[in-house]
Order: sequence, then C-alpha cells, then structure tokens
Amino acid sequence: MKFSIQVNEGPYQHQASDSAYQFTKAALEKGHECFRVFFYHDGVLNGTRLTTPPQDDRNIVNNWTELAEKYDLDLVVCVAAAQRRGIVDDGEAERNGKDATNIAPRFRISGLGQLVEAAIQSDRLVVFGD
Amino acid sequence: MSDLHTVNKSPFEKNSLESCLRLSRAGSAILLYEDAVYAALKGTAVENMIASVAGDRKVYVLGPDYKARGLDESRIIDGVEVVDYAGFVDLVDANDKVQAWV
Repeated sequence: MKFSIQVNEGPYQHQASDSAYQFTKAALEKGHECFRVFFYHDGVLNGTRLTTPPQDDRNIVNNWTELAEKYDLDLVVCVAAAQRRGIVDDGEAERNGKDATNIAPRFRISGLGQLVEAAIQSDRLVVFGD
Repeated sequence: MSDLHTVNKSPFEKNSLESCLRLSRAGSAILLYEDAVYAALKGTAVENMIASVAGDRKVYVLGPDYKARGLDESRIIDGVEVVDYAGFVDLVDANDKVQAWV
C-alpha cells in the first residue's frame, strides 16, 4: 500500500516527529511504499542540518536523512512555512538574499501542491502533529 | 467502509478524545498514542467514556508509548487492545481513512 505522511510539529517539541518517523519506518519495513513525507508548520524544523542534540539523545533530523537514503524517500518541506522559520536551501538563499543555507541532506523545499499531490496519489495520508 | 481515528493528547489536557468518541461512527477503530495512552488506564475519570463506545468501536493503545510512560499493562481497560508500530501500520492499512484528532 502507498502511504504519505504529514508532520505538523517540530522535533523535540512533543512527540509527533518521533511518532511519524517510527510509523514511516515500520510501514517501510513491512514492505509498504511511502510516496512522500510532507513537513508543514513547525514540522519544517525537522529539515535543518544545523540541529545538534546531545550525543546520548536521538538525532531526529539525521534519522529522517538516513531513512530517506535507505528507502529513497521524498522529504518535502513547505516553502511558506520554511521561509517564516528560516529553513533555507540554495534556491531560497539566492531568491531571498540570504548568506547561508541549512537544509538537511535528502530534504527539499517545495509548495503545498506537493501535499495535495501526495494525498491524491497515496492510498492513505497519515497526519502527525499537535 | 471503516475509519481509523488517532488521538495523541491526554484527555486530561485536551478534549480531542471526547470529540473523537462523540463524532466517530460505529465500526470505527480508535488508536490512543503519545499522551492519549493515559485514556486507556483503568480507574480514571474517563474510563466510562471509553466503556461507552466499547460495544460498537474498537479501541487500541500503542504499547511503546504506554510503556514509555512507566504504565503497567495490567492497568489497561478490558477490551482495549495493545498494538506496536507494526500494528499501527496494519490499522492504517485495514481502514479506508485515517482521521487525526490533533
């Protein structure tokens, strides 16, 4: 079955990012397909590579990147939410005159249309957040 | 046609579980996870709320979240079924739609 995941909450806030990650991992391990993970609202903060949690804590951003590498996941960050919260890739830095980028490996910034497409193309859309 | 409803907040913090129980249809499945696992405990003020839907809706609780809060499985309300993440995936698979009561 084809799943898509929506994450509306930042990492280390409550538990939504962890739940979304564990669910996605379990679905992939069961042989299901993940069409897309869409990060919206504070969920875009899952996509900054500057995150540096203590060594004995889980690194949620790296967990997503590693899962994406293993299963070729499409991790999409909402552009409008990202601009508000300072998540920047090369294109956004260029467009908005920023002096740095912070997007994590395997994440990309795109629009809300990607969420609509994910909902249409997938058998199930599972939402995690506050 | 069946629905899966997911609830992730404690019923002592928000009224999302109450809304879910009031508006979900007979035949639905309800998964309690994150802080909503407290609703699966026997002897609380919301136990009757869970019991009131036991006849026509199936209630599940996510075991890893329940255990992470130091709760004992012997205190789970009778009829509430414990699932792991793989079971969560199976519930999403088995139901046509997933409604998150965030």
